[in-house]
Amino acid sequence: MLHEIIQWLRTPGLHHFLIISGILFSVGVFAILTRRNAIMVLMGIELVLNAANINFLAFSRYTSGTLDGQVVAIFVIILAAAEAAIALAIVLNIYQNFSTVNIDEIDRLKD
Amino acid sequence: MDLYIIVFYLFALITLASAAIVVISKNIVYSAFALLFTFFGVAGLYVLLMADFIAVTQLLIYVGGILVLLLFGVMLTTKVIRVDMRTATVRTFPAVVIVAALAGTLIGIFWSTDWPQSPASDGFERTIPQIGEMLLTSYLLPFEIASVVLLVALIGAAMIARRERKAL
Repeated sequence: MLHEIIQWLRTPGLHHFLIISGILFSVGVFAILTRRNAIMVLMGIELVLNAANINFLAFSRYTSGTLDGQVVAIFVIILAAAEAAIALAIVLNIYQNFSTVNIDEIDRLKD
Repeated sequence: MDLYIIVFYLFALITLASAAIVVISKNIVYSAFALLFTFFGVAGLYVLLMADFIAVTQLLIYVGGILVLLLFGVMLTTKVIRVDMRTATVRTFPAVVIVAALAGTLIGIFWSTDWPQSPASDGFERTIPQIGEMLLTSYLLPFEIASVVLLVALIGAAMIARRERKAL
């Protein structure tokens, strides 16, 4: 049993990458759920997107054998960049209007 | 010990430990800098997955772009002078339960599923020419739409952030 575990640990493969991305995804969801600061929530979203990208690349490498997963990963990175820019602009605007970025204190759409 | 195994566990450790620091740290600036190491670790994992171009893109866009943007956001929205960089957490205990259940489910599924393995998984050679060819042939429409999305995001971000307040 112990020998099998050591043998498994010594051969990094698809499962290892998937488990790392699963843990990274859960950590990101934890940040999204618990933080009050909007920028911390954004950081959690970035962690989740990175976990998804690891999955795409792992399946591209070990399962499909084609580069489609890598192309999809590029699109994920592009969308993450666009999302971060828009979200930061919204956060700055909210800060101008409310003087806070704590998402549980922002409960009005209009003055 | 194979070098590949050592490097794999090194990058996995960097990624997961710094991700934990991002989530646990009370100081938002520490979180942002820990995120830097998370992105580096993930880029290392990409290299191990034979995705050299994606790894370089990750470094350029995430570390050079998104992280700097996040740091700007942090600096512009926290009261640096009054040392108010601490951010509170809410509902920690239920979140821990939910996230533990989520992680357990995910890892259980990843573990128990018998994923198909490609027969000739000897890695890729020359990924960049192939990716460029695919972007301009089979992925041409998403590629063009992505460029439009980036343009819209650029204009939209400038519009939203520069909106002038009415004179009070």
